[in-house]
Amino acid sequence: MASSTAPAEAAARHARTSWEELVTAALLGTDRRTPPVTVPGREAPAALLDAAAVQTVRRRAGLRAAPAAERPAPAPADPRPPVPAAARHRLAALLADHPHAGGGRRGTSPDLMELLPQWLALANDRGYAPPPELLPALLNAARGRTDLRPQALAFAGPRAQWLARLNPDWKFALRTAQGGARAAGLRDADRAERERRWQEGLFAERVALLSALRAHDPQMARELLTSTWPTERAEDRLMFLDSLRTGLSAADEPFLEQALGDRSRNVRATAAELLSALPHSALAARMADRASSCVALDRTSGIPALTVEAPHECDAGMERDGVAPKPPAGRGERSWWLGQLVEAAPLAAWRACLGDRPPAEIVALPVADGWRGELHAAWCRAAVRQRDATWARALLGVPSSPDAAGPGAVSLAERAKLLTTLPGVERAEWVAGFIDAHGLSEAFQLLGVCAVPWAPALGRAVVDALNIARDAGSYPWSFSGVMGLAERCLDPAEAVRLDALTAVPDEREDAAPGAGGYWSEAFQRLVTTLRLRAAMREELRG
Amino acid sequence: MTQQGVRWTADQVLALAPDASSQKAGSRLGVAGPWSETGSSGEGAVWGLCKGSGSKPYRTVIATADTAGPAYKCSCPSRKFPCKHALGLLLLWAEDPGAGSGGAAVPDGAAPPDWAREWLDARGKRSEAKRSSSAEAGVVTAPADPDAARRRAERRAERVTAGTTELERRLSDLLRGGMAAAEQAGYGQWDETAARMVDAQAPGLAARVRELGAVPASGPGWPARLLEECALLHLLTSGWLRRDTLPDALAATVRSRTGLPAPAQGAPLRDHWQVLAQYDTADSKLTTRRIWVHGERSGHTALLLSYGAAGRAPALSLPVGLTLDAELTPYAADPASRQLRADLGEQFAAPAPSTGHPRGIRPEEAAARYGDALRDDPWLDSWPVTLSRVVPVPHATNWQLADADGELALPVAPSAASRSGLWRLVSLSGGAPLTVFGECGHRGFTPLAAWAHDGAETVRL
Repeated sequence: MASSTAPAEAAARHARTSWEELVTAALLGTDRRTPPVTVPGREAPAALLDAAAVQTVRRRAGLRAAPAAERPAPAPADPRPPVPAAARHRLAALLADHPHAGGGRRGTSPDLMELLPQWLALANDRGYAPPPELLPALLNAARGRTDLRPQALAFAGPRAQWLARLNPDWKFALRTAQGGARAAGLRDADRAERERRWQEGLFAERVALLSALRAHDPQMARELLTSTWPTERAEDRLMFLDSLRTGLSAADEPFLEQALGDRSRNVRATAAELLSALPHSALAARMADRASSCVALDRTSGIPALTVEAPHECDAGMERDGVAPKPPAGRGERSWWLGQLVEAAPLAAWRACLGDRPPAEIVALPVADGWRGELHAAWCRAAVRQRDATWARALLGVPSSPDAAGPGAVSLAERAKLLTTLPGVERAEWVAGFIDAHGLSEAFQLLGVCAVPWAPALGRAVVDALNIARDAGSYPWSFSGVMGLAERCLDPAEAVRLDALTAVPDEREDAAPGAGGYWSEAFQRLVTTLRLRAAMREELRG
Repeated sequence: MTQQGVRWTADQVLALAPDASSQKAGSRLGVAGPWSETGSSGEGAVWGLCKGSGSKPYRTVIATADTAGPAYKCSCPSRKFPCKHALGLLLLWAEDPGAGSGGAAVPDGAAPPDWAREWLDARGKRSEAKRSSSAEAGVVTAPADPDAARRRAERRAERVTAGTTELERRLSDLLRGGMAAAEQAGYGQWDETAARMVDAQAPGLAARVRELGAVPASGPGWPARLLEECALLHLLTSGWLRRDTLPDALAATVRSRTGLPAPAQGAPLRDHWQVLAQYDTADSKLTTRRIWVHGERSGHTALLLSYGAAGRAPALSLPVGLTLDAELTPYAADPASRQLRADLGEQFAAPAPSTGHPRGIRPEEAAARYGDALRDDPWLDSWPVTLSRVVPVPHATNWQLADADGELALPVAPSAASRSGLWRLVSLSGGAPLTVFGECGHRGFTPLAAWAHDGAETVRL
């Protein structure tokens, strides 16, 4: 630098050159284009870089705040109290647990993501508002798992709706929750508004509207549906008809009877199914007539027995009443028709036509010619459809009977469905009795219908059975389904009793190699998960 | 201050994990099940026995309030550091729902068992020894042979000078042939030049050169960005070649930007340092952890840096949302300097939860602060600021933080716009004004921490 004024002059010259010219020269190269700045005695590239450096720092130092874009409207307030701090940290931990990509052995540690539904249910019970900073993670979790959505969105509340309008990834929150919320608001909405939404709404919105209305005022919902019934598409008619399951009553009969003449076979079948769930409907009476003509009490031999004469044809009347004429592959036509008739006939009718016997006695009657399986299976379906606890009890029988676990007349899946008609306490007792007698290998489906947390007797039965399974020397993963259920459903108070089982037992001769260690690990995980659930509960108590 | 108060949060613990799989394994152990004989001294020690697959439980001890971040000891064979047992125990301690009541999973105020005390005592002695030796070292710190040291420094300066000359030539060639031609060349040549700068013992130049290779692929407007970066490199090499004529502070900046090591030479500053943010950036060779802290009394903001070899977590980890009563040693000798880097010195008490946030400024002031800071260091990419009363405005590409009481806004940096933290910020705001700490620079604003209202917990972004 020759003199002190030289840099200042150079800087002034640099400032006058526009940045764009410098970029163009740099892009093309100083060999091809003469740069906009030249300094005697300085090579072209160096002079260009000098100028660019001055410009760069000038530009950066000159950065200013920009005019603000339109700000989002504030989110509606959430009146619920915030989640306590400990529970908030717990939720963050649950949300941070990603499903194992490798699918490796779980070891002794709990599966946190599986506890999220319980956490959400507890928080919703207590009516807490979500910590806003965790909503994005919660919405992402619900986005991937549809089963989480109802609880997650109820907990997430109005701010999640507000967020979902800003981020298209979370659109599902608007679809699911908004429909419900709007429909709920409709109880108070005036008739014209309701009509407008019914007439103009999207399909999902209309279903939501109908379901919400049906829960609140079944008649009004039916009237709304009747008003547009003939113009609806067949698939839509089916869905709308399905929503009548809620609040089904004798008042629905005329409409359903009319739907029996529908163009669509699926609509006809659903209408028939709904009518058969109304024991005093005309369809139920017709079915009772048909069914009772097929089953008779034979007193000729010493012991009374049931004889079955399956229908010889499926006439137009039967078809109109929802009987499907064509059996699935591998089934005989006549037994197929019989099954449908018995399933749709009101159970109360049997007592009269089978010698005034209570259900338990009817079920105990021998059935001639190997029809027992068909007949009992159809009664099971009828008991589930008609929510008849007495018949369900009779068909379930005693849990400890050897029949209960075997391939008897009633399958495990049917038993599980029958159990749902019983009150919770009785359900748990029956399953406990079943496990005591038959162990766990068949119990998974039955456990799935029991209320959470499991009743003390049921919990004890499961723990005892696990203990027996361990002593028998098998590996714990043969019971991983039940173990997983136990982690989620066992009452946390049971953890104390389980502690003793977490020790590694001495290896026995006849046991599978290493099984003891794996069992101890599985029990540790069970205990750990139970403790975690107890902690979750405690934290949410506030 | 109750002992319950100084427990960390789960986030803070998980930030210590060396990798994602350790985080997962650690959180699985963060429950009472496998643990026994747990306890916490209340003076920064936590211990417990963890049942593993073997017959003997692992013995895990953690010193949480150590000068250089937490220290761990575990009898497990894992080479991860901290191991999953240490993380699990810290989580159990941090999330303890029974803390403060009778049912604590990790009870406070207990005396450590012998096996834990042995290690803790030995540790205490070691750091005591280190402290006294470094205090003595203050007196006799001068190198044994000042002449040899000077010769070494001179030799290194010569190599750096040779490197900068070569780099200058490389930049001239680029400009002569045009950057358009360089677009096709890709990373290769820049990587080679970067390697030459490493050889020349100028790691600061090497890092900048390496980044040049990525610019042509960075989307529209890359020629301007490449020219900017080349010009700043040129400014740095020119600065190095003329460092003798520069003012002392600027010469020091040039040396540190070039990559010459300098010790932290400022006077130690004791304060309540609130941890505002901690984040890692990684390239193929190095993980760099940046931790922003803010002194409650002094109002100073400082940057703590910690490095880890590729794929390993840097040693220092400070939980966001806690405040340390500690001494920081700034690198700059002059307290008025804008060199923000500092080293963490002695900690005087266990960390406590932060209660406030730095005083905020408005968007236009934040932009001006960055501009001011460029005067001392033209190579600065950003400057730490706290914005008060701003509303995040989501947008497909151009996010903003808008002044709630004015018409101006700062654009959010494009690199931040793709991160999930931005949605956490929006959700936290709900359209209402917030206090946001972040880095304000020429690419825009990168939010790092936020507070929904005065006295709210720090939310990491």
